[in-house]
Amino acid sequence: MKLARDTWLIFERQIQLLLRNPVWVFVGVFQPVMYLLLFAPLLKPALNAPTQAEAYKIFVPGLLVLLAIFGGLFQGFGLIAELRAGVIERSRVTPVSRIALLLGRSLRDVVSLIVQAVIITLLALLFDLRVFIGDLLLAYLMLALIALMTSAVSYGVALKVKSEDALAPLMNTVAQPVLLLSGILLPLTFAPGWLQGIADWNPFSWAVDGTRALFAGDLGNDKVWQGLTIVAVLAVAGVVWAARQFARSVR
Amino acid sequence: MIETRGLRKSFRSRAGRETKTVDAVRGVDLKVAEGEIFGFLGPNGAGKTTTLRMLATLIEPDGGEATIAGADLRKDPAEVRRRIGYVAQGGSTWDESTAREELVLHARLYGIGKAEAHRRAARALDAFQLTEYADRKCKTYSGGQRRRVEIALGIIHEPKIVFLDEPTTGLDPQSRAHMWDEIRRLRADGMTVFITTHYLDEADALCDRIAIMDHGEVAAEGTPAELKREISGDVVLVGLDTAATPQAATLLDAEPYVNKLETGDEGVRLYVEDGATAIPQVLRRLDHAGLDLRSIELHRPSLDDVFLTKTGRSLRES
Repeated sequence: MKLARDTWLIFERQIQLLLRNPVWVFVGVFQPVMYLLLFAPLLKPALNAPTQAEAYKIFVPGLLVLLAIFGGLFQGFGLIAELRAGVIERSRVTPVSRIALLLGRSLRDVVSLIVQAVIITLLALLFDLRVFIGDLLLAYLMLALIALMTSAVSYGVALKVKSEDALAPLMNTVAQPVLLLSGILLPLTFAPGWLQGIADWNPFSWAVDGTRALFAGDLGNDKVWQGLTIVAVLAVAGVVWAARQFARSVR
Repeated sequence: MIETRGLRKSFRSRAGRETKTVDAVRGVDLKVAEGEIFGFLGPNGAGKTTTLRMLATLIEPDGGEATIAGADLRKDPAEVRRRIGYVAQGGSTWDESTAREELVLHARLYGIGKAEAHRRAARALDAFQLTEYADRKCKTYSGGQRRRVEIALGIIHEPKIVFLDEPTTGLDPQSRAHMWDEIRRLRADGMTVFITTHYLDEADALCDRIAIMDHGEVAAEGTPAELKREISGDVVLVGLDTAATPQAATLLDAEPYVNKLETGDEGVRLYVEDGATAIPQVLRRLDHAGLDLRSIELHRPSLDDVFLTKTGRSLRES
């Protein structure tokens, strides 16, 4: 009860501040739209897809997962600014729930991601993408869990390193192999065996496969529940670890 | 209101391959009474902020214990948080938020309901003369306004004790005087106020009692008047050339009327019973030895003299 209330308080403030900054909102929408308009047209020939709609079925889920990963991983920068302003310390002298300090922020990231995802989906509909609403909602759940995990991890790391200079290279180093090994931009079906072997150890690769299956209307595919389970477990682990960082001494 | 026994904290810092342990606070015993302004006086790095952060539950002590407003710091930090307010040195407001938003949110983090939080925010804004700027973003405030918002945040939940870390550092003289009035008003409202400062005049004028802190330890404790009285008599400052200082120090130290002598860059500092009778004797002695003196000054002991006799250093120099 207290956790829910505290989380809401933090979330409400974060959303308020987010909406106050129109530049951020614009960038958040502009970027994915660029991918959709400028990158996707290359895909039909590249993927040998019979139609543009087929190509979008493969590409859009990948793009959404990409946004979820990156949108989350770089949230730590905002937290470092808050640390510097003393806002985190001010919160920590109050009896507010430490998990709420994390969850309120991560939920803002999840909500802004879902808004982006909806905009992209709607745009893709204009390009003849068709997907069942039930499958789509499950895909959004997958995205929400990914964003929850990556933003929590990013906050936890930010509290540990406490500086942008350390956070930026660290997050890039993590994000790059994760991105390449998840088959986000091109499916790994084209990959040689050894590369697929490594990708099997990348949780995001499972998440991408699951999301693609959902966009293909293949709800019964094992990849769906496997992807959801893996991502859910990791999200819980990420949240627990990051909440611990909030409870620890922060300067 | 606050009682600590043997509070300790050390930090490990890494320089290259070596790890060094720095004892920031080495066993602090304190007693702070209800309704007083208690001051921690000491140079930067003396361990004032570390002690304050321990008392405010922000860092865990390595050893020792403390009772704060009746709650045990080690066993029940959550209860301590409910009973205290804390205002950090570096600020705590967000540029893009308004003072009112900050106050309402902060009150609500203490579990106060929405309507009551708004009422309290309005009252606090009024009390700190901030109503005019209440709905402007914090980044538009002056240093003094911002500091007032931060103090208002620290007491929005009506704590029994409020900790203020260097509340006037970086303020202009006028804002500083204003801040002293605000702090006295908190005491008048029945709050216990615990401040840190490295300003001698602030400790002297504002605090009911002070503890002088140096190298992680309390070097002296008492009211400013008591502490100054400990150094009985007067202080005579004798200005000398650097070359002449050692010889003059040896000569004067042997004089019966000199209780204590400290040498510094500017000359020597004598603690004597009666300055008026000491000065002619000092002049005669130095003249006799053929030593030129540049100046001679008489003054009543200040807190800096207390600091000097307790720690061997001047607070102004450190």
